[in-house]
Amino acid sequence: MRTLRFLLRKEFLQIFRDRVMVLQMIMMPMVQLLILSSAATFEVKSARMYVVDLDQSRTSRGLVQKLQSSRRFVAAGASPSMALGNEAMLARTAGLIIRIPAEFEEELVRTHAAKVQLVLNAEDGAAAGVTQSYAAQIIAAYAHELGAELTPTARFAPAVEVRARGWYNADLDYRDYMVPGILVQLVTVVGTLLTAMNIVREKELGTLDQLSVTPLSQGTFIAAKLIPLWMIALLELALGLLVARFVFHVPMLGSIPLVFGAAALYLIAALGIGLFVSTLASTQQQAMFVTFFIIMVYLLMSGLFTPVRSMPEWAQWITQVNPVKHFVWIIRAVLLKGAGVGDVLRPLGALAAFGVVVLALAVRQYGRRVG
Amino acid sequence: MNTVALRAFVIKEIRHILRDRQTLTILLLMPLVQVVLFGFALRSDVRNIRVAIVDPRPDYATLALQERFAGSRRFQVVAIGRTTAAVEPLFRRGDADVAVIFEPGFGSHLGGVEPAQLLLAVDASDPNTGTVIQSYARAVIASYEADITEPDRGVRIVTVARMRFNPTLESVNLFVPGLIALVLTLVSALMTAISLSREKERGTLEVLLVSPLRPVHIIVGKVLPYLVLAFANVLTALLAAVLVFHVPFRGSLLLLLAESVLYALVSLALGVLIAARTTSQRTAMLGAMLGTMLPSTLLSGMIFPIASMPSWLTPVTTIVPARWFIVVARGIMLKGVSLPHLWRETLVLLLMAIVLMAAAVRSFKPRLA
Repeated sequence: MRTLRFLLRKEFLQIFRDRVMVLQMIMMPMVQLLILSSAATFEVKSARMYVVDLDQSRTSRGLVQKLQSSRRFVAAGASPSMALGNEAMLARTAGLIIRIPAEFEEELVRTHAAKVQLVLNAEDGAAAGVTQSYAAQIIAAYAHELGAELTPTARFAPAVEVRARGWYNADLDYRDYMVPGILVQLVTVVGTLLTAMNIVREKELGTLDQLSVTPLSQGTFIAAKLIPLWMIALLELALGLLVARFVFHVPMLGSIPLVFGAAALYLIAALGIGLFVSTLASTQQQAMFVTFFIIMVYLLMSGLFTPVRSMPEWAQWITQVNPVKHFVWIIRAVLLKGAGVGDVLRPLGALAAFGVVVLALAVRQYGRRVG
Repeated sequence: MNTVALRAFVIKEIRHILRDRQTLTILLLMPLVQVVLFGFALRSDVRNIRVAIVDPRPDYATLALQERFAGSRRFQVVAIGRTTAAVEPLFRRGDADVAVIFEPGFGSHLGGVEPAQLLLAVDASDPNTGTVIQSYARAVIASYEADITEPDRGVRIVTVARMRFNPTLESVNLFVPGLIALVLTLVSALMTAISLSREKERGTLEVLLVSPLRPVHIIVGKVLPYLVLAFANVLTALLAAVLVFHVPFRGSLLLLLAESVLYALVSLALGVLIAARTTSQRTAMLGAMLGTMLPSTLLSGMIFPIASMPSWLTPVTTIVPARWFIVVARGIMLKGVSLPHLWRETLVLLLMAIVLMAAAVRSFKPRLA
C-alpha cells in the first residue's frame, strides 16, 4: 500500500510537471465540447431553392410563395430553364430545384390532381431527406387550401385525430442528445491515448527496466499507472457536465452520482484497453496508432453518431462488447430520461465484466513481459 | 542542393516505417476497415421500431389498428397494456421506441362527428430517429384511416422527388470522400508530428542538425515517405469503395489525386508546425489529435452538414482544410464536376498549403539552430 502511494505521487508529479499536457488534457476537451457540440446537428435550417416555373399561373406562383413564407425555403434563382437550375446546383448555389410543369393550374382545376417535380442535392444525405419531407408537407397543406377553395361545399373532416408528442426532448433539440455523447468521446480519446502512451514511454526511456528490478508487484504497478489518469478523466467528465448543464442547458433528470458510478466503471474498461495496448507496444507511436484504431472502431460502432438499432444484426452483436456503446447509452438514458439503477443494470454489468477482463489481461501481459 | 544526403535520409525514414510492422499494418488496414464499417454498419435508416400499445378499452377498431402495426414490416409490437403508466419504464430501459395510446371508446368515436383520438408518444431523446418514427407511425394510421373512410375528393398535388448524386441516400457514398480526407489527415499530420517530435524527444534531431542536411531537407525527407503511404491508403480506400460498395466515381481520378496531394501538403505542414511547437510525443499527439483529427471529422461537413451548424460556427469551419477538400472530393466522385466548379475550393487549399508550409519551415529553423 505504501509503495502504491509513492508510485502514485511519482505519476502525479510526472503528469503535472508537463504544463502543456495538463492544459491540453483539461482545457482542450472543454473548448472542443463547446465547439463540436454546436457542430453536431442534422437540423435543416433553410434550403436554397431554384424555381423552374413553366406554368406561370396564379396557382403556381402561390405554391412558390407558400414554400418561401414557411422560411424553410429561400429562392436562389428562377428561370424557365432546367439546364440553368442544374448549373446552379452544380455550383452549389442551389440545394434543390422545384419544377412546376406547364398547365399545372389547368390540370388541377380539371382533374383535381397535378404533379410537381423536386430535384434535391443529396450530397449532404440526411439533410436532403428532411428537406424533401418539409417540402412535401407544405405542398400538401397548399393542396388542402386549394381544395377548400375549389370545392367549398365538401367537408374534409379527418376520422382519426393523431396528436404526437416527443417525450424527453419535446423541442427536438439535437444538442441535448449529442452533448453527453461528445463528452464521452473526448474523455475516452484523451484518457485512453494517454494511458496507452504511459507505459511505453517508460519502455522507450528505459526506466521500465529499472522499475522491474524493484520489488514491485504487477498489480501495484498497473494500479499506479491507471489511477492518476482515471481520476483526471473523471474530473474532466465533471467539468464537461458543468459545461453541458450551464452552457448547453442539457436536462439532467436522473441521478448524477449514478452517472459518475457508471463512468468510474466505464473508465476502468476504457483506460484498461489503453493499458493493455501499452504493454504490447514497443514505441509510443505504435501504441498511439493501435489505440487510435481501436477507439475509432469503438466510437463509430457506439451509436454516438448513428443509431445502433439501424445497424445490421451482426454488427449489433459486435457492439455488445463495446464499452463505449454501453456508457453512451447509460449517460443518455440517465440524463435525458431519468433512468435509475434498475433501468441500466444490464449495461452496467457489461461494463464491469469488460473492466475485469481487460485489467486481468493487462496485468498478465505485463507480468509475462517482465518474466 | 545535396541530393545524395536527402536520398539517404529518405531511405532511413522508409526503413523506420517498414521496421515497425504493427503500425504499418494498422495504417494500411485502417482505411479498409473504415470503408467496411461505413459501408455495412453505419446507417441511419430506422428499422424494427418497437411499439407499445396502450388500449384502455379494446374494440374492433383498436384491434384492427394494432394488427396494422404488427403486420407492418417496420414495426414490432412489444407490449400491450391498459394504462399509460407502463410506457415510461419501457422507454427508460430502452425496450420501446414509440407508444400508441388510444382514447377509451376509440372505435365508437370513429363514425361520429368528432374524430376519434389517439396519442403517439415517441421517445425523442434522439430527435432525428424520433421524427422519423413519428412519420412512419402516422403513415400506418393514415393508411388505416383511408381504408375505412370513403375516398378523398380533395385536391392532390403529387410531389415527385429525385435525389441527385446519391439517389438511395447511401451513407457510404457520402462518407468515402470524407474518409479520404480523414486518412490523409491521419497519416500526414499525425504521423509526421509524432515522428518529428520523437527525434526531438530522443535528441536525434540535434544529430540531424549538425549533419549537412538543411532544415528543408529534413522536413522533405520526413514528409515524403508519409506522403507515399498516404497515397497507398487513399487508393486502397477508393478501390474498396468502388469495387465492394459500388460507390460511384463520376469525375477524373487524376484530378482527385492532384487535389489529394494538395490537401496532404496542408496536413503535413500542420504536422510539422505541431511538432515544432510541442516538446514531447505525448503533447504532439494530443495536439494533432485535438487540433486536426476532431475538426476534420466534425467541423468539415463529413458527418454533420455545414448548413445545419449555427451561424457563428460557419466562419470557424472555413479554417478547417478538410471542409474544402471534402467539397472537392464529393464534387469529383459524386457529381463528376471538375475545376470550373471547384476552382474556389482549390484556391483556398493552395493558399493554405503555401502559408502553412512557409510557417512550418520558419518555425522549424530557430528550434534547430
